[in-house]
Amino acid sequence: MKYLKEYRDPVLARKILDEIRRTVTRPWSIMEVCGGQTHSLVKNGIIDVLPSEITMIHGPGCPVCVTPIHLIDAAIDLAMRPNIILCSFGDMLRVPGSNQNLLEAKAQGADVRILYSPLEAVAIAKDNPTKEVVFFAVGFETTAPANALSLVHAKREGIANYSILASHVLVPPAIKAVINDPLSKIDGFLAAGHVCTIMGNGQYYPLASEYKVPIVVTGFEPIDVIQGILMVVKQLELGTYEVENQYSRIVREEGNKEAKAIIEQVFEVSDQVWRGIGEIPASGYKIQDNFEAFDAVKKFGISVDAPEEKTECISGEIMKGLKKPSQCPHFGKKCTPENPLGAPMVSSEGACAAYYHFSGTSISN
Amino acid sequence: MKSASLEMLPTAEIGDYVLVHVGVAISKVDEEEAKKTFEYLREIGEVGELEDIDEYLPKTE
Repeated sequence: MKYLKEYRDPVLARKILDEIRRTVTRPWSIMEVCGGQTHSLVKNGIIDVLPSEITMIHGPGCPVCVTPIHLIDAAIDLAMRPNIILCSFGDMLRVPGSNQNLLEAKAQGADVRILYSPLEAVAIAKDNPTKEVVFFAVGFETTAPANALSLVHAKREGIANYSILASHVLVPPAIKAVINDPLSKIDGFLAAGHVCTIMGNGQYYPLASEYKVPIVVTGFEPIDVIQGILMVVKQLELGTYEVENQYSRIVREEGNKEAKAIIEQVFEVSDQVWRGIGEIPASGYKIQDNFEAFDAVKKFGISVDAPEEKTECISGEIMKGLKKPSQCPHFGKKCTPENPLGAPMVSSEGACAAYYHFSGTSISN
Repeated sequence: MKSASLEMLPTAEIGDYVLVHVGVAISKVDEEEAKKTFEYLREIGEVGELEDIDEYLPKTE
């Protein structure tokens, strides 16, 4: 397939790795922000063949992982109501709530449906006018336009039995929070290419210059990730801290203006609780008043107070890069994808799931 | 086959390669930029040794 195969070429990958080896002279810690990149690094074995000077730190870019537990509980509560069809992305179903997950609710008879797109949920609402259809809308800036578009469609078509339970998170404030954590020591970042596809690169210039860190907007195929690392290492060795775009075949400097416009039409920036990390100021989206009829929180009177979570899961330390998944005492033992203690073991973008499935560390103990 | 909304990508045309995320096309693959990536890799003196690199570079039509 065009624009895919060439970014998975093992010979080329080795050549770029050689260039990284030639370039690096001292230890550097580089965070890949997005869980998709974590999976690419681990699944393709890149992490095992990087020079020892380079430590990859896995960032918080897993929307499923950071969705606050009280919203998981709220989604389960909604799903258990007889007149509600609760829809979400597949990854959300195994994420542990306080007592159970959505899959268990489904086993108990709740109408829980896995969808590929929020636009399908609008169609389900249209086909089931006597039911309430709620889409559990989680995601970063990449997913926000599709979630927003579903509300625009519902409003335009007068579909009153559709709403979303929204949990949106934003990358730049998370990068800032990670940098400001006194325990973290990150020299450079691979920014999430698909987030920048929507938002553009503009938000990263002030971060790079304020904190003096190189930021390379990077794609997800093996060649993308390795090239992104090379670009960061080159900057680190030279002492520069620019924003560069490795993923220029997809990411335009200004992002996608139609997508940004629809986000602005439906959402506004708000403080957001990140599971395992806590509240980060101005790091999420809430639904604007002009779309409040489609806000499940208001429609069903859901409490938005986040209770303190008691858990053995160390997801916060994992997502801030303070610990590797295999350093968790429960990894691969008490916590597996089938019986997860926390979300990073479940999600296709979770660091623990990447290590469990692909790194071999799951069977080393 | 899955359908995808083109509302966020009004300039997309038949024959374009697009990136689709959760049912919405969000970007068009830019052939020139894809080419630049491989040119950059060639500059670091590596790609030249790859026999089939020409097949990776978008054909000029």
